[in-house]
Amino acid sequence: MTSIESTDIVVVGSGFGGAIAAYYLAAGGARVVVLERGPWLSSDDFDHDFLLGSSYTRAFDFTIGDGMSVLGGNCVGGGSVVYFAAMPRAPRFVFERQGSLGRRMWPAGIARDTLDPWYDRVAEALSVTRQSWDEVPYAGGLFAAACHRAGRTANPVPTAIDYERCTNCNWMIAGCRFDAKQSLLLNYLPGALAHGARIRALHEVQRLSRNDDGGYRVHYRLVDGEDYRVYGDSGAIDAKLVVLAAGAGATPVILKRSEPGLGAMPHAVGRYFSGNGERLNHAIVDEERARELLGLPRDVAAYRAYQIGKGPSVASWDRLDGNLPEFTRYSLEQLYFPPGLGTVLAQVPDATGPAWFGLEKKEMLRSWQSWLTVFIMSEDDNEGVFGPPPAAGNADRISQQMLGRGTLSYQPSPNTLRGWALADADVRDILERDGLARVAPWTNDLVGAYTVHPLASCRIGDDPATSALDDRHELRNHPGIFVTDGSAVPGALTVNPASTIAALAERAIPGIARAAQERGVPVKLGAPPPVAQTSAARPVPQPA
Amino acid sequence: MPPPSPDLDAAQVMSLEAYADTILPGAKRAPHDHAIAGACATPGAVAAGALDLLRWEATGFAGVLDTLADGINHHALAYAQDRELELGEALPPFVALSFSDRTALVQALTTPGHPEHEMWVGLALFCYMAYDSAAHLSTAEALAAGHPGLTAMGFAGPEPDGLWRFPRYSYQRELARPHPFTSSTGSPA
Repeated sequence: MTSIESTDIVVVGSGFGGAIAAYYLAAGGARVVVLERGPWLSSDDFDHDFLLGSSYTRAFDFTIGDGMSVLGGNCVGGGSVVYFAAMPRAPRFVFERQGSLGRRMWPAGIARDTLDPWYDRVAEALSVTRQSWDEVPYAGGLFAAACHRAGRTANPVPTAIDYERCTNCNWMIAGCRFDAKQSLLLNYLPGALAHGARIRALHEVQRLSRNDDGGYRVHYRLVDGEDYRVYGDSGAIDAKLVVLAAGAGATPVILKRSEPGLGAMPHAVGRYFSGNGERLNHAIVDEERARELLGLPRDVAAYRAYQIGKGPSVASWDRLDGNLPEFTRYSLEQLYFPPGLGTVLAQVPDATGPAWFGLEKKEMLRSWQSWLTVFIMSEDDNEGVFGPPPAAGNADRISQQMLGRGTLSYQPSPNTLRGWALADADVRDILERDGLARVAPWTNDLVGAYTVHPLASCRIGDDPATSALDDRHELRNHPGIFVTDGSAVPGALTVNPASTIAALAERAIPGIARAAQERGVPVKLGAPPPVAQTSAARPVPQPA
Repeated sequence: MPPPSPDLDAAQVMSLEAYADTILPGAKRAPHDHAIAGACATPGAVAAGALDLLRWEATGFAGVLDTLADGINHHALAYAQDRELELGEALPPFVALSFSDRTALVQALTTPGHPEHEMWVGLALFCYMAYDSAAHLSTAEALAAGHPGLTAMGFAGPEPDGLWRFPRYSYQRELARPHPFTSSTGSPA
């Protein structure tokens, strides 16, 4: 019989939820193994290249569902490697949301004030800073000026970017070549490694089973480093405690597949998925009108700078007002989305023929440098439900990397649709005023709605009927299994969620450590946040 | 693991090219180019390399291209029969359709609810990627070679080391008032 490796704690996934848990638990003295299904890439691997097989397709997944497609990280560091580093905290009213439950969906113990100390720790570790107007790229500047002209406010968003290193290359979705973006590869994960944690890439966890001693066996399969459709050997690790953080698109799939070995899952596992109410609009800016109306000349044109920058830089938060009814609140954020996925869904404003392909669309592509993307993050209705798990992983992979077909079903409710319609109209009001731009939303007819911030598919809450986890992030009826990724967030946040996911993971650590202690793991608390590796802390490379 | 790319006959290649040309139309390569309808004077998805990308096993479509080519022709025949269009036998049915009929058929196949919606959308996605991101080529090399899609979009090129940098990137002006309830950390209150 083959001997099974054992450790104290297995962490499944290495994004915000996994890396933070791995760091503190390893720093506290536990033996920690992190299993990550994606590859382990570092800055030299982060290509400026759309070629299939470059980091642009290696590091993230695009999983098509029925009515909702999900983009998420697929590498060591998870979403933090491919994210745009926008790190706002969720507004106060979000924690009072009821959704369609008719009662508060968040646990009673969590509010903005009680989460702020945990947000502070994340901000320290990732060097989150307020962005100055000097750092705001042209696209954010143009959006801000348009907001101002329309009587709106606009804020440079707080980001986890080292501006001294940033080149405004806008390749951050493929990983940051310059280590300007503060991914988890620069803080929590090296901190975890320094304390003895082991990270195993290309290990895709398939299911858990329970051992006689009350611990768990984590079953994985190896994944080929180039063609993710190809699986290698299977293996397993025994652990006294498991932290699941495979992402909101994968964590519930692993748990549902584990039911034969673990018993029934709480009702909310794989339900209440939220796409963070996300939706995109594209504007085609009239360069002459931009010059006349906004007074924003560049050397070549008023704008023509879609390609330049660092993802989102400016957001308008006028609708983040707790006095407004639920499902009518949203933020509008300027965003860059690269070609490949960022063009096919864009629609021709006022098209006379097909809006997403054909002659008029090709003509629209000619003005690509004058595009402006506006990202809507609203309050959706937690409509998403996962179907039965696929044979392996969380999707049937179509392409060697990136593209797969998952089991998520999402039919937007009238509440969600109303919020999107309000936000669409608001974007048009800001940008079409006096002919500044022409605007159309992305189509939902090709891959359904879409989200880069999947949430809530295994959420915390006080009500066992509508939450999979208690307020300490422990899976109901399955002691010793904790979930700390975006799936634990109860619902849409109306802003970029990375900061909140990370703060919740930070908040969950003391409870996980206590549970580990009760299971005989000698783990101590008290480690400070990991040291951020910014320009100030690192030697600047000298030219040869 | 999908099957390897099958050998495609000339009719199948023409049919797939005609599909790509419907997604992002282009100029004919020669006067008797039937696959490309010639609806546009500048190069389109075919010239950008749609077939090169689709034939690459990495996409996951290479092994089913023959099925897709035959499928689009099957739909074209039915489309023509419904409208009593004479297609002749010299060309594959989809290629024999006019550009506007090709467009109408692709629109029908990619409308939500069509039983083959996902397949035709997937094919369109890779036709797009050949044009808007040259996913079958190194981006820097594609730009240097004047790739038609990236060039038409005005995609700026890299610095000599192959990496992108934009030293000038900001208007460097305060262009809006911040929200009055912004917290001390720069977040919504």
